[in-house]
Amino acid sequence: MISEVIDIALLAMLWIICLQVIFTRSELTAIMVFGAFSLICAGLFLAMGAADVAFTEAAVGAGVSTLLMLNALRRCGTDRCNSSRRGVIDIRALALTGVTGAALIWGTRDLSGVGLADNPVHLHVAPRYLQVSFDEIGIPNVVTSVLASYRGFDTFGEVVVVFTAGLGVWLILGSGKRNDGKADEDE
Amino acid sequence: MSDDIILRIVGKFLIPLVVVFALYVQFHGEYGPGGGFQAGVILGAALILYRLLFGDAAARKAVSPRWLRLQAAVGVLLYGGTGVAGILLQGQFLEYNVLLTDPINGQHLGIILIELGVLLTVSATITALAYTFSADTEEHLSDPQVDPSSQSDQLRS
Amino acid sequence: MDPQLYNYWLVILLMMTGLYALIARGNLIRKIIGLNIFQVSVFILYISAGFIREGAAPILSPNVDVYSNPLPHVLILTAIVVSVATTALGLALVIRIKAAFGSIDDDTLSYSSGDSATELSIKTQKSSQ
Repeated sequence: MISEVIDIALLAMLWIICLQVIFTRSELTAIMVFGAFSLICAGLFLAMGAADVAFTEAAVGAGVSTLLMLNALRRCGTDRCNSSRRGVIDIRALALTGVTGAALIWGTRDLSGVGLADNPVHLHVAPRYLQVSFDEIGIPNVVTSVLASYRGFDTFGEVVVVFTAGLGVWLILGSGKRNDGKADEDE
Repeated sequence: MSDDIILRIVGKFLIPLVVVFALYVQFHGEYGPGGGFQAGVILGAALILYRLLFGDAAARKAVSPRWLRLQAAVGVLLYGGTGVAGILLQGQFLEYNVLLTDPINGQHLGIILIELGVLLTVSATITALAYTFSADTEEHLSDPQVDPSSQSDQLRS
Repeated sequence: MDPQLYNYWLVILLMMTGLYALIARGNLIRKIIGLNIFQVSVFILYISAGFIREGAAPILSPNVDVYSNPLPHVLILTAIVVSVATTALGLALVIRIKAAFGSIDDDTLSYSSGDSATELSIKTQKSSQ
């Protein structure tokens, strides 16, 4: 019972923050509130037994994402010229999201309930990971053994994606020292 | 570029602690929550904090962008190289059992190596993102007519 | 309907709110925040699917019998780090758009599209070289 209450309370908080992101006037507020969104999300992940994910979300979502957005905002300045759209409900967007959301909710009627131990998703490979991974890999954190060993190829792809994205940002924005005289030392 | 003495002193204490915590998360990731991704982000955050407190020039002196580029590439290569080592030892790509004579020890070695690769790439990328998003390129992007020499004078002052 | 589906419904509500922000707000940075909210709600959807009531975090310990499903955790853990990388790429493009067109507002950018905008971007590129 108590876990349902925590779940619903955290999800409701997240939704209120979402509304804040849409309706607040200043971009700075939207970014700071998004940082709080990530932190509450980390709490939600922890409540659902995903300690590693909560850890990552707290460090990445609340820390680094917010920092990058603030940097981008500082470099772009606050744009005051879209006052025509601010505070106005966009009927077409509302209709589109409403229809999509209704279709998704209609799709959930086949799913079995959240948190039941006999859901199909828990009966396939997960029991094997939990039962034999300690004998096969020898480390207690199952998330690490799945991440690094059973699905190592997957993780390799993710590392390459991170590397490529960093490279892309570098190419788009330059290394940060190209034009100001001191460039030669790191080129 | 903060002149606030409290920030500087607290930062001096905090940054080594953050780095040690990153290493703890990295090497304790097999027994508790943690691993290369989290440790990389925390290590990147330590460097970003250093840069915020002591300025861009000091940060570039400590960890140069060139080093970061190298580090990110070395991380990916270490991960891929561990996989290729499995092939060379008559196993499959990313098969750690063959790395050492005992399969369990091989798994441990493989996981430590690839987590190290993840740490190197993620921390370098996060720090490099903070460098490139910094204000230094602002002038040359938005107002290209500015004379480069006068701009660097502004930076030094 | 099964009352235990409330978690999925709230996640869908969250997802659609993010999608609305992505479509309806004009500011490109706010669009990226909307995209991030959408992404995070997908993460919550996966973690909800891996959740088992009374299940502990999947770190093996002799006193615990029920663990939540580790597989969604692995997928989402890497997805979070990739999401920050893609967000950074999007923000870098926003900064370039600001530098080339002088605005990051959707409406302003649409009005100034066509010849004048192309001209402006060519001019900026030339002078930055």
